[in-house]
Amino acid sequence: MKIEVTVNGESQEWEVPVNQTLLDALRLRGLPGTKRVCESGECGACAVIVDGLALDSCILLAVQAAGMSIVTVEGLSTGSQLHPVQEAFTQNGAIQCGFCIPGMIVTAANYLEENPSPTQEEIRHVFVGNLCRCTGYKKPIEAVLSAVRDDDTS
Amino acid sequence: MKTELSVVGHRSRKVDAAKLATGRAAFTDDVEMRGLLHTKLVKSPHAHARIVNVDTSRAARVPGVHAVITYKDVPRIPYTSAGQSWPEPSPYDQFVLDNKVRFMGDPVAAVAAETPEIAAQAVACIDVEYEELPAVLDPHLSMEPGAPVIHDESESYGIYDPSRNLAAHIDVEIGDVERGIREADIVLRNEFFVQYQQHTCLEPHVTICFFDEDGRLVVRTSTQIPYHARRMLAFALEIPVKDVHIIKPRVGGGFGNKQEVVTEPIAAVLAMKTGRPVKLEYTRTEEFTIARNRHPQHLWLTTGLRRDGTITANSLKVLTNTGAYGTHALTVTGNTGTKPLPLYRTQNMKFFADIVYTNLPISGAFRGYGAPQGFFAMEVQMDEAAEAVGMDPVDFRRLNHIRLGETDLMSAAAGEGSGKKPRVMHSVGLPECLDRGAEASGWAAKRCNPGSGVKRRGMGMCILMQGSGVAGDELAAAALKMNEDASFNLHVGSADIGTGSDTTLCQVAAEVLGVPIENIIIRSGDTDDISFDYGAYASSTAYITGTCVLKAAEDARQQIVAVAARMMEEDPEGLLVHEGRVTSLEGKSVTLREVALECLYGENKTLVIGRGTHATKDSPPPFVAMFAEVEVDIETGQIRPVHIVSAVDVGKALNPDICEGQVEGAVAQGLGYALTEEVQIGDRGQVLNPTFMDYKIFCADDMPELTTILVEAEEPTGPFGAKSVAEIAINGPAPAISNAVYDAVGIRLRSLPMTPEKVLAALDEKSERSAQVSL
Repeated sequence: MKIEVTVNGESQEWEVPVNQTLLDALRLRGLPGTKRVCESGECGACAVIVDGLALDSCILLAVQAAGMSIVTVEGLSTGSQLHPVQEAFTQNGAIQCGFCIPGMIVTAANYLEENPSPTQEEIRHVFVGNLCRCTGYKKPIEAVLSAVRDDDTS
Repeated sequence: MKTELSVVGHRSRKVDAAKLATGRAAFTDDVEMRGLLHTKLVKSPHAHARIVNVDTSRAARVPGVHAVITYKDVPRIPYTSAGQSWPEPSPYDQFVLDNKVRFMGDPVAAVAAETPEIAAQAVACIDVEYEELPAVLDPHLSMEPGAPVIHDESESYGIYDPSRNLAAHIDVEIGDVERGIREADIVLRNEFFVQYQQHTCLEPHVTICFFDEDGRLVVRTSTQIPYHARRMLAFALEIPVKDVHIIKPRVGGGFGNKQEVVTEPIAAVLAMKTGRPVKLEYTRTEEFTIARNRHPQHLWLTTGLRRDGTITANSLKVLTNTGAYGTHALTVTGNTGTKPLPLYRTQNMKFFADIVYTNLPISGAFRGYGAPQGFFAMEVQMDEAAEAVGMDPVDFRRLNHIRLGETDLMSAAAGEGSGKKPRVMHSVGLPECLDRGAEASGWAAKRCNPGSGVKRRGMGMCILMQGSGVAGDELAAAALKMNEDASFNLHVGSADIGTGSDTTLCQVAAEVLGVPIENIIIRSGDTDDISFDYGAYASSTAYITGTCVLKAAEDARQQIVAVAARMMEEDPEGLLVHEGRVTSLEGKSVTLREVALECLYGENKTLVIGRGTHATKDSPPPFVAMFAEVEVDIETGQIRPVHIVSAVDVGKALNPDICEGQVEGAVAQGLGYALTEEVQIGDRGQVLNPTFMDYKIFCADDMPELTTILVEAEEPTGPFGAKSVAEIAINGPAPAISNAVYDAVGIRLRSLPMTPEKVLAALDEKSERSAQVSL
């Protein structure tokens, strides 16, 4: 099936099988940052922003994204300029194996659009859908808080 | 001369952070390969069966299918998937594919096809005729006379007693336990039960195999053990080591599950059959059902005590379920005894263990490597011991823990490795860990103060010890090359699986070479490099590979100094390499860049190549004192961890961010082990909960407050004084929480996970007992 989507700001025309997930469609198009982990919407490693909302791309069909705008973790940075959340994750020791990290960063970046000055408790809650087996979540949560702080001071 | 450290000990940003944060193609499956074939497996629907016939003809005819393999298509060579030193101490009891299946899900056949969908379709077309055999689903019945023999094949070897399903056996005594028990005023005898735990690495096992232009087999794989994998794969497939090239890209978590050769052999055979690149990637369900798990155990612990609080004897007996195959069978259970027992000073210790086969999922290496099981039993028992002699649990530990200069005899008697050298304690930071942990947790004020009402508070604690590598069974080799701009390529054989070891190793090299960390370009885990390593396990990398990189960097520095001395017409003695320059005592200096250019193009042509190899019989233990505050709901039985304080003696924190991250992650995984995680098995041996929905790991909202205190008791044998940090903290949450629950509501939980059902049952039992007493 032929669909039109906007991926990281660029209009694209995709020819996709009707049963292909958005996750597979993105990965097959050279965007490997979105990760395959559970394929059942339980872990958040495949989160992408679809028309302004962070969603698990493993339980969305590519055709469901027709006409929509998708932002992946690759689309958050501009050249070597990282998104504030990406920068904060790298500066705060929040990345260990890194496999869940794109999903966390996408989720946090999306949430900060809606709530630019969240509390620690709110970030904890936002990350409920992002399973991480390495960090114990402490440093990722601190990273988001520090991204907010750094943004305030700039 | 001791100068201030400029890179080591700093919170350097991880060298791989940016690529991971931006989602660049870093992991095994992130590359695109022309002509890649996808693999799906046929898996056994029975726990124990012989394959009478396999018909693959229909599957082979499915358009898009390129190869179908069964046991008939692979060499019949028994091997172990356990990635360990050679010869592996695990039994050689596996085949790439076999004519018998020994647990539900055991792979029977594999298909390589153009797409995953076609492969799945072909799998459904493979007809397998099974002769079902009686299965052993209870490890307590494995050794019973007349029990079905799981490894009845003639080719396997290294099994302790196949006729009794006994994969391995341990029987060690130090001193005289019987006498110790006779001399005791109080004897405690308790049983403990621990469950299957799944690693749940976010990245599943995944391997891509292909042949390069020279006809060598390239294996791009998510592994903790690149060099072991090369040797083991060559062995299992009967091909020369020189024809195998392992590439370890970025790895999305290992935790021991990838200290195994799991997906590599089938992918390699299919690549050989098809001549095309082949990928085998486990699904999440396959991770839960056919990868590896933490060994379930039944433990019996007997402790003799004098009224003054000294321990007269500790005797540990263990029954371990290794599942269908004996990967890490002997050595994991070895750690169950050799880590907790010597932590306590008693002259009399006994350790007896049977490690049995069952027709159940495979157990294997898992962070902590047997120690979490043993520490759960030991530390709950020590809490009870403290109570029995009327001592505060912290004071009881202060009285009994191993001291600086003392010797751990148990690890020499029963430990893994060819070392067999008693471990002498050169650094013991436990006293400081106990003091600072008690203070940070509010131990004195909060203990014995449960409050009333539905939710009761309690405090519990434990102490822990681990190792830094396998004593006597480690080798690391690294090479460091200097470039024109005073950057250095660093090649190591170790595997950064998320631990941060690439960063730590770069910090060590940068410190010695007097350059910023950005000048070190590291490549790890590529077997075609000038490197070697046993891999990322046993908390070895910072200590073993760290020392090796230190040596390589010092070697390079000496070569640099020699050239600089000629350039400056100075004596090499007394020249300092610091901040990108080589400086003499009189203040003359050249930049490293000038030295590099001189080396490559000047009068003194040479390539600076630092070389380091390191092997040791030492394995100094890090120590932990962990304190848990919990809240127990006496109506629902829910245990909520409130605050976990981990005071960790790491020797030297080479990078505090990384050390804290290792501790925090281990605590999170240990909390799951303590409270929520269990691979549940049905009556036919099937896994009942192979999804994140039904297998509950801690999420952000479940986490208690975490406090991590890094204690630095300098280890004289370690690089910059460092020992290990990666595993030790995972041992702590289960016993600390069990002890905290006792403080809160007076019940002893000796079975994991500590579910609300178990809490309520124990509370009921307690109130029945007290009702009887009051009658």
